[in-house]
Amino acid sequence: MQKIKVEHLTKVFGPHPEQALRMLDQGVGNADIRKAGHAVGIADVSFDVEEGELLVIMGLSGSGKSTLLRCLNCLNPSSRGSIFIDGEDITRFDHEQLLDLRRRKISMVFQHFALFPHRSVADNAAYGLEVQGVDAAERRQRALEALELVGLKGWEDSRPGQLSGGMQQRVGLARALAVKSDILLMDEAFSALDPLIRRDMQQELASLQRRMKKTIVFITHDLDEALQIGDRIVLMKDGRVVQIGTPEDILNNPANAYVERFVENVDMSRVLTARTVMGRAREVAFPQDGPRTVLHKMTEGSDTSMLVVERDHTLVGTVTLDELGKAVQDGRKSIAELIQHDAPTIAPDTPLTDIINLMATWPYRLPVVDEQRKLLGVVTRPRVINALAQSSANHPADAAPESDERSANA
Amino acid sequence: MNFTIPKLPLAHGIDVALDWLTLHIAFITKAFSHIISILIDGLVHGLLWLPPWLLIIIVALLAWRAAGWRVAVFSLLGLLLLWDLRLWSATVETFTLVLISTAIAVAIGLPLGIFAALSTRASKVVMPILDFMQTMPAFVYLIPAIPFFGLGAVSASVATVIFATPPTIRLTALGIRQVPGDLIEAADAFGSTRRQKLFKVQLPMAVPTIMAGINQTIMLSLSMVVIAAMIGAGGLGGVVWQAIQRLEPGKGFEAGIAIVILAMILDRVTQRIGRNPSAKAAK
Repeated sequence: MQKIKVEHLTKVFGPHPEQALRMLDQGVGNADIRKAGHAVGIADVSFDVEEGELLVIMGLSGSGKSTLLRCLNCLNPSSRGSIFIDGEDITRFDHEQLLDLRRRKISMVFQHFALFPHRSVADNAAYGLEVQGVDAAERRQRALEALELVGLKGWEDSRPGQLSGGMQQRVGLARALAVKSDILLMDEAFSALDPLIRRDMQQELASLQRRMKKTIVFITHDLDEALQIGDRIVLMKDGRVVQIGTPEDILNNPANAYVERFVENVDMSRVLTARTVMGRAREVAFPQDGPRTVLHKMTEGSDTSMLVVERDHTLVGTVTLDELGKAVQDGRKSIAELIQHDAPTIAPDTPLTDIINLMATWPYRLPVVDEQRKLLGVVTRPRVINALAQSSANHPADAAPESDERSANA
Repeated sequence: MNFTIPKLPLAHGIDVALDWLTLHIAFITKAFSHIISILIDGLVHGLLWLPPWLLIIIVALLAWRAAGWRVAVFSLLGLLLLWDLRLWSATVETFTLVLISTAIAVAIGLPLGIFAALSTRASKVVMPILDFMQTMPAFVYLIPAIPFFGLGAVSASVATVIFATPPTIRLTALGIRQVPGDLIEAADAFGSTRRQKLFKVQLPMAVPTIMAGINQTIMLSLSMVVIAAMIGAGGLGGVVWQAIQRLEPGKGFEAGIAIVILAMILDRVTQRIGRNPSAKAAK
C-alpha cells in the first residue's frame, strides 16, 4: 500500500514565488532563476513510498533533498504539487491538522541530533508525547520503552551533553519512536557520526525496521549508506529526480552520466553481498556417503572441503580433504563422524567485507544458508576475488552470476 | 555675516508637554506613587525590624546556597563591617529600592523581551527606544519624575526602572533568538504550538542569558539608586550626597565602600543563579 505519494512537488524560495514558478514552466534554468533573485529548492518531484519501505533520498548538498524532506511534514510549505499521506493531501491542511499530523503520524530525526540540552534523556524522548498532552506517568513509561528499544536503558536521567554522538542520536531516534508514528523522516541522521558508529546505527536501523515496519524516508549524501540501507533510492540533482530504483538498478543501469560518476566510487566490498557473489554448490556430500565417494566428488572439483547436506538441502556441516584422507586410510565406512557441525555459515545479505574477514580465519568454502539452514549457495575465495576484480571494472553485480553459469556448465 | 537661525523651542515644547501631563495624569501617578511608597516603607521597616545579626546570617546562608562558601564568607564579613560603620539602615533602604526597582524592571522587561524576540517588527520599534533610554544621562529622568511621583524614593525607583530595564529586555530577546535553529525545528517537527515552543524550549534555553540581563539590571539599579539620592531617595546614596555637601571625604568613602560591598554580594549571587542550570547539565 502506498503510504506517501508525492506528485509534481515544487518548492521555490524568494520574494515572488509565482514569478519563479512561471520561469520554471518556461524552462528557464536554475542559474537564471537565481539571478532573478529566487532559488529553486525542488522542481517537479514525484515518487511514492510503500508502507514499511525504507526509501533513501540521495544527493549532494544543494540537491534539494533536505528541502524535499521538510516538505513532507510541511516545515517547508511547498509551492506547488501535492503530497498524499494515507490518501490525504497534506498541502491543503490547515494549522490544526498540520499540528496533528506532526504529533501523531510523522516524526523526524535530525542530522545534529537537535536534542534539548536542558532536558534529561527521558524528557527528550518524551517531548513529542508531552506536546500531545499525554500525562506524566504514561509519558515516562513510553519514553523508557523507546529508550530501551534503542539500547539506552539506564541512561534516562542523564543529560544529552553527557552522551557520545552515537548515543545522542539514539536519543533522537527514541524521541521519534516514542510517539509511535507510522512515518520516520531521517535527515542525514548518521552523517555526523564517525564511520564505525555509523555502520552500527545503520545495522540497528535495519533491524528496528524489520521489527517495527515503519515507513522511513532517509536522506543522505553518502551513496554507500544509501545502497546499504535503502529498499529503493531516489537520486536527486539540482532539485530534480535523476533516477529512482533499487540499489541494484542504480548500480547496474545508471540512468545517465551523472549517476554513473556517482557509482564509480562506490566501495564494492560493502555493497556486494553473499547473494551476489555466491555460486551454486555443484557438488555436495550427504551424511550417509562414504569417505571414498566424497573424495571422488571432490577431485572433480579440486576443492579442499565439501559441504554436507540432507536430501532437502538443509546444511549439516563441512568435511575437509585432510580428514577425508585420514578416514580412507583408517578404512572408515561413513563420513558421519568427520562432519564439522559448527563450521561458519553466512546469510545472503552478509556484506563482502564481513565475508573477507571470515575467510581470514576459515580457509574452506563458506555455505550461504537461509534462516532454515537451507543451502542457497557457496562462496569461495576465487569467487570473492573475481567479484572484486569485476566490480572495479565497473560492472559489478552482473559479473558474478554469469561466471557461475559458465563454471557450472563446464 | 554673524546671523542666527531661530532656536528650535524643543525645551519649551517638552516643558509644555510635561506640564500638561502633570496636570492631567498626575492624579494617577500620585496614586501609584502612594502604593509603591507603602510597599517600600513596609519592606524597609520589616527588614529593619529584624535584628541586623539575624539578617546578616540569613543573607550569608542564601549566598552559601546560591554561590558557595567564598561568597558566603565575604557577605558575612562585608555586612558586619557595614553594621559596625553604623550604615545598616542606609544599606537596608538602598537594598529595598534596588529590590523593588529590579522587580518592576523584570516584570516589564521580560514580556517585552519575549515580544521583541518573537516579532521582528516589535524588535525594530523597541530597540531604538532602548538605545534612547540607556544613553540619556540618568540625571535627566529625575527632573520630570518629581512632579509625577513627588520627591523621594518612588521617583527614584521610577527613574531607576527606566534606566535599568533595557538590559533585561535586550538579553531576554537575545537569549530567545540564540536558541539554535535545529532545536526550534525539532520543536516544530513534533507539533509544538507557539506557546509550547516558547515555554518548553525557548525560555528554558534562554535562562542563563536572561539571568545575565537581570544581573545587569540589578547593577544599573544600584548605581542609579545612588544618583537618585539627589531627589531625596535616602539610603547609602543619601550619605554620599551629604558627604559631598559637607565636604567630608572620610564619610563619603565609608558609604562608597558600603555600596561596593552591596554590589559585589548582589552580583556574585545573581551571577551564580544564572549559571546554575548549565552547571547542573555539565555535572
